[in-house]
Amino acid sequence: MSSLVEIDDLKVHFPIKSGLLLNRTVGYVYAVDGVSLTIERGETYGLVGESGCGKSTLGRGLLRLVEPTNGKITFDGTDVRALEGEQMRRFRRRMQMVFQDPMSSLDPRQSVESLLVEGLKAHGLAKDKAAMRTRLRSTLDSVGLPASALNKYPHEFSGGQRQRIGIARALVLGPELIVADEPVSALDVSIQAQVVNLLGDLQESLGLTYLVIAHDLAVVRHISDTIGVMYLGSLVEEADGDQLYGRPLHPYTRALLSAVPIPDPYVEDQRERILLAGDLPSPANPPSGCRFRTRCPWSQTRCAAERPDLRVFDDSGQRVACHFAEEILAGTLKPHEVRAEIVRPGADAAPGVGPELIPTRTDVPAP
Amino acid sequence: MPLLDVRDLSVVFQRDNKPFTAVDGVSFTVEPGQAVGLVGESGCGKSVTSLAIMGLLPRRGNKVTGEVLFDDTDLLKLRPQELRDRRGRDIGMIFQDPLSSLNPVIPLGLQVAEVLERHQGKKRQEALREARKLLDAVGIPDPTRRLKEFPHQLSGGMRQRALIAIALACKPRLLIADEPTTALDVTIQAQILTLLKELVEGSGTALIMITHDLGVVAGLCDTVNVLYAGKVVERAARHDLFGAPRHPYTHGLLQSVPRLDVERGGRLHQIRGSVNDNIPWSEGCAFAPRCDRVIDACIGETVPLEPAFRGGALRCTNPVPQEVPA
Repeated sequence: MSSLVEIDDLKVHFPIKSGLLLNRTVGYVYAVDGVSLTIERGETYGLVGESGCGKSTLGRGLLRLVEPTNGKITFDGTDVRALEGEQMRRFRRRMQMVFQDPMSSLDPRQSVESLLVEGLKAHGLAKDKAAMRTRLRSTLDSVGLPASALNKYPHEFSGGQRQRIGIARALVLGPELIVADEPVSALDVSIQAQVVNLLGDLQESLGLTYLVIAHDLAVVRHISDTIGVMYLGSLVEEADGDQLYGRPLHPYTRALLSAVPIPDPYVEDQRERILLAGDLPSPANPPSGCRFRTRCPWSQTRCAAERPDLRVFDDSGQRVACHFAEEILAGTLKPHEVRAEIVRPGADAAPGVGPELIPTRTDVPAP
Repeated sequence: MPLLDVRDLSVVFQRDNKPFTAVDGVSFTVEPGQAVGLVGESGCGKSVTSLAIMGLLPRRGNKVTGEVLFDDTDLLKLRPQELRDRRGRDIGMIFQDPLSSLNPVIPLGLQVAEVLERHQGKKRQEALREARKLLDAVGIPDPTRRLKEFPHQLSGGMRQRALIAIALACKPRLLIADEPTTALDVTIQAQILTLLKELVEGSGTALIMITHDLGVVAGLCDTVNVLYAGKVVERAARHDLFGAPRHPYTHGLLQSVPRLDVERGGRLHQIRGSVNDNIPWSEGCAFAPRCDRVIDACIGETVPLEPAFRGGALRCTNPVPQEVPA
């Protein structure tokens, strides 16, 4: 296998603007803050994390749907960030996206045919009418929809079928990479399995490479070869799926895995949970040092001073960003209690934001 | 004697000038201190059931029939005024989206205190002191300051905690939680579920847990009702239901979710079709068109809900053969 995508130190920072006339930048939201990863050709890379950890922004940054602030993206040997205008537009044929909510990502006033043809036309692939129709039919067939679907509109389909249309739209251009952002989370449980299986079948028959972004760890583990866990803009751990579940190294991964409910009462009654205190800190003002230290039951003074790098842990290739991964694994470092920190709108925003942006009255008398 | 006895509850809406049965003769009971789960996919009628129990459905345009006996009083027959006295005092409710359930322009403390003033006739200052204790009990840090804050200043998990504090303010005997963790992240979900479990076990409050997530009920509920297209299709104690699901729908659902604790398999088991393929219950089993075990007897007339082992119930003519777990 050779790598299809290489991301090196990718950063996406969103400016926080303030002021009516001058519109000055008063701070940044560090949505993605230094992520490096490699996606092999033909594999599925799963990205998990809680809402607000930057996983969707990373996917969008990779396709340059949002412009990265810094870093290098190499796609099959091409430096994607160096491409300009028309070059970039044409390059997009090779990397497509499947969105979370098929109802809001499909134009309700376009028929399925027009939805699919739009991309083909944009890339000049719609010249031969007959060939195009064959292509549409075979694409629909591969996602398990009848050819009669071409003349229908999105509202005539069920949720699962709509997601199939979303996949067909990405597929019709014959891409090499598909970025799927929460492809099943809007679907009912009984439909999720259909779409998960479809993604697997398509990968097998077409040799596709996936970047699957999801918050559901069980689904991600099922379809991914490699899993990356994100927390507050950076990758904290990366490993092969079974390895990650069998031996999670980062305290956050351990907490995340222990929090996923398992549909088996015997397991539920016995399992140990690592309950995290508090909430995700604001990405506009992340904690110093290790981003996770404010909620970490194992945090030490070193964690506040020094930001841990994502380092290769051992021969298995598992990567982890924690100073004390060895000690925690060996059990020599004992967890301590973490008190939930009070997250205040004034304190967690970037310097100079907060009170001015969000007018907050603290002098409201006790009623 | 059960605390809540729902008998043959039906809710019929008018949709496009045609009657649509959202809940179709649902019966179940909740014993004092028991945690009961209502599980099903979107559109199976689980939320409408809870709204009907609370009398929160709009009076116009829909018909609610059956009996909802709480302490031998039929809640469906109460006048609105009498019902208002009971809601919040005897029965508390937690909704899915805490931001839209809290009033955005009223400080949090007042929203908690309001319940105490209304039902226990407490004076404002006393109610606020009590509210502070309640916020503390549900694990909100620095409750004194939070009393004066507004919902938008709280995180999602904190808002859900506040909502639980409001629901539990009058120590109700029954708490209805409608998808309380669906809008939350897994780590926050674990916090809220642990909190609910402690509160229910500590105070002896009965709980009706409504969710689509089988994992959530597995750790929490004593009895689980599985709903499909407005009817209960299977009811069992949680160990029986997860250990030996009898209804093909329950069985299929459990098979179709990938599990973290088992080896990674190949393809997932899938239930074919979607809820759009259902047939009306009057013409047989609504699930028949999607069922792997469909036989001739499934089509024709309504399949009755029959008693099954250990107090459970099953609505199926050709159930999945299972060994009864010890």
